[in-house]
Order: sequence, then C-alpha cells, then structure tokens
Amino acid sequence: MTSHLEAVDIIKEYDGVRALDRVSIPAHLGKVTSIVGVNGAGKTTLLKILAGLDAPSNGRVLIQGREADPRELRAHCTMVFQRSIMFSANVHNNVAYGLKICGTSSQEISLRVKSALALVNLDGFEKRQARKLSSGEQQRVAIARALALERDVLLVDEATANLDPANAMIIERAIKDAARYKAVLLSTHNLAQARRLSQHVIHLYRGRVVEEGEPSRFFTNPRDERTKLFIDGELQF
Amino acid sequence: MHPIIEGIIQAVNLILTGDPEVLGIAALSLFVSVLGTLIACVWSIPVAVALGLRSFHGKRIIKGLFNALTGIPTVALGLYLYLLLSRTGPLGQFQLLYTPYAIIIGQSVLVTPIVVSFTTSALESVDPDLRTLARTLGASDLQTYNVVVKEAFWGVVLAVIAAFNRAFAELGIAMMLGGNIRNLTRVLTTAIALETSKGEIALSIALSFILLGIVMSLSIAINLARKSAR
Repeated sequence: MTSHLEAVDIIKEYDGVRALDRVSIPAHLGKVTSIVGVNGAGKTTLLKILAGLDAPSNGRVLIQGREADPRELRAHCTMVFQRSIMFSANVHNNVAYGLKICGTSSQEISLRVKSALALVNLDGFEKRQARKLSSGEQQRVAIARALALERDVLLVDEATANLDPANAMIIERAIKDAARYKAVLLSTHNLAQARRLSQHVIHLYRGRVVEEGEPSRFFTNPRDERTKLFIDGELQF
Repeated sequence: MHPIIEGIIQAVNLILTGDPEVLGIAALSLFVSVLGTLIACVWSIPVAVALGLRSFHGKRIIKGLFNALTGIPTVALGLYLYLLLSRTGPLGQFQLLYTPYAIIIGQSVLVTPIVVSFTTSALESVDPDLRTLARTLGASDLQTYNVVVKEAFWGVVLAVIAAFNRAFAELGIAMMLGGNIRNLTRVLTTAIALETSKGEIALSIALSFILLGIVMSLSIAINLARKSAR
C-alpha cells in the first residue's frame, strides 16, 4: 500500500547533536499512526519537519510518492500542538483563520466552522473569546481549526497531554472521525491512547525508530528490548 | 489670589471664551505633534517590524542604539537640526528654519526611537508560537507578520501615543527650530516658557493646564478604547 505521506531517512541535527537519525515512517489515508516515545525522543521535531515548519538536515519527505518542499507540505498538512495557541479573537475567527487565507467564501467558512465545532462538541461557541475558554476547550478549538481546513494530513503533537479525561475523549473521538478520510500522525506518550486510536505504532527512541508495527503485536509482543521497557514504564532516558 | 488658583480660573476663562490666540497656539501644537508623530510612524513601524520579527546580523546593536536614543535631549537634537536647516547648513536652501515644518521635521526625528523601540518590544512580546501556528494554517511570511502586528496592536498604539506625548510636550526643538514666532510657530510649550520669563505665571499655568488636559484626555480615551475592545 503506497503511503500518502512518507518520511524517508530523515536526519536532523542541531549544533552537531543528532535529534533524528535516519527516520523513515509512512502515513496512510484512513489510518492513525502513533509515534510513541519518551520526552526528547524527537517526536515533535519529526512532526515539525513533516508539517513543513522545519527543514531536515538530510532526507526527504514524500507526498504521494513525490518529494515535497516545506511549502507543499504546509499545503497538505496541518498540525495541532501540545499547548493550545489561540489568536486574540473569538472562536469563529480562530477556526476560520486558515480558511480566510485560502480565500474560501464566507458562506462556506460559516458552514465549515460550524461543522468543525460540532465535531468537538463546541456548538454555539462561535462568539466566545477563545483565550477565555478553559485549556480543554481551547485544545478542542485547535482541533476544530485544523479539521476545518480539510487538509489530507493531520499531525497531532501530544494534544491531550494536559487534559482531563472528558476533553481528551472528545479530542480522541474527533481524531478517530478525521482518520476516516485523512492520514493522521499522532505523537503521544500515552500508550493507552496509542492503542485505542492507531492502526500503526512507531517507537522513537533517541531520534531513531527502534520498533514499529500493528498495535496488537506492538503492545503484546515487542521485539526490541527498549520498547519492552518503554511499555512497562521502565525505560531510562 | 494664589497664582495656581488664578491660573486655573484663567485657563477656564481662556477655554470657555475661546481666546483666538490661545486656541491658535493649541491647534498649532496639536498639528505639528500629530503630523510629526505620523510621519515618524511611516518609517519607524516597518523598522520595528524588521527588528521585532526578523533575525539578522547586528540586530542587537541597532536595537540598543534606538533604545539609547529614546532619551536624547531635545536641545541637543534641536541644535544638530538647527545646524542642518540654518541658512549655511546643508538643507538651508529649503528655508525651513523658523517654520512649523522645521518643528514637524524635528519632532518626527525626536520620536522615531520611541516608536521603533516601543513597537519592537510590543512585537517581541507576542507569543512566537502564534507565527508557527499561522504557518501551519497556510499563512505566508507576510501574513504571519500581519498576525503578530494585529496581536501587538495595542502595544503599537501605546508606542504611538508615547511618541505623540513626547513631541507635544517637548520644548527644545520647538524653540530652536521654530523660534517661538507669534502666530506662526508659537506652540504651547514655547508659549509657557515665554510667559513664565515675562512673569505672567497665571497665563503660563493656564497654558500648562491646556497642555496637560490634552495629554491626559488622549491617554484616558485610549485606555477606554482599549478596555472596550477587550
């Protein structure tokens, strides 16, 4: 099966320190791929490269088999960050921002904003000031903002890390729903979440992919010693 | 009667009766300071955007220079500009000295470091992740700058108001480049200095109340606008 988005031998170095070391990962339409690993494993760095926000020191990112530059990646991918970042505007304008930039008609914007907010249980929140919402609600707005753009790749970086179970559940449901027609790459250190949501799990350790596979096998019968320790919560970093 | 009380009464009288000379002085003060500040904004805000949002070699030195120049003595600046604009100076042929235009030029130069420094600080205080966010949502470089400028809007407004207040309340440039000529270049600060030197304390106080009244009204209006925008 051809990947929709693919990182091939990505190397990223900062001041001589290698943050990513020949990382290759696929992302398929209709699937959630989880990237798990301890803090500092390189998950966010990898997602930023895939989102076109950072350039790799070496390696390529392919979209539908063709090498893509950062500008093309930004046209295909959108990213939700661990910390919800809101524009100083109401919820409608926050969700509509990317659509306005694309030149979408105001009628279409209204429809898409409404349906994106409905996906995260925020119907009727359009006029509320985004920065005055709770952190959980803000993160749901961030998910809605990403979904409203209808890009084919959704990159989610620890989006539920600091949220209560109720908000996390709403976000997980929205991600699951989005994965029906998108390629979703989810960075998380919540193993239960990775197991619940993904069709493919990748373990990143010190900038390298040390294990990957389907969740059923990955979590029950890991081949790599470091993955075993990570799953058991005993991996030192 | 105490000169301060006499000054207050005279200020009220001058305003209520619409004394044409005082109104003319106040209007000229506003005209030169507003224009001087706006002209300074034309070049200062783009410079601040470059300093606040871009990385380049020597940026810290340039920022430090503008910060240092925010406190430049107006008399010193007035002297340098006087030498430039005087008949024998490099710009003497334009015959700008002792005209309102000379004051406008002087004030725009005076407030440039204020607009640049304060606007740069306002832009730098905006969460840098907002730019990253805007880019993930498809914004171009120019559009991401626009996001930051919008977020820093009230900071930029405060920079402009601080610049206006500095221009409106300064004396050295208005005196040296304008010459305090009656009905031509006399502004509130030079009029206050003149009346005080003549011993007309009550009139000086009256003029100073008008000066303070305009500065404070503007600050209150901006604060109210800022609160209602939230």
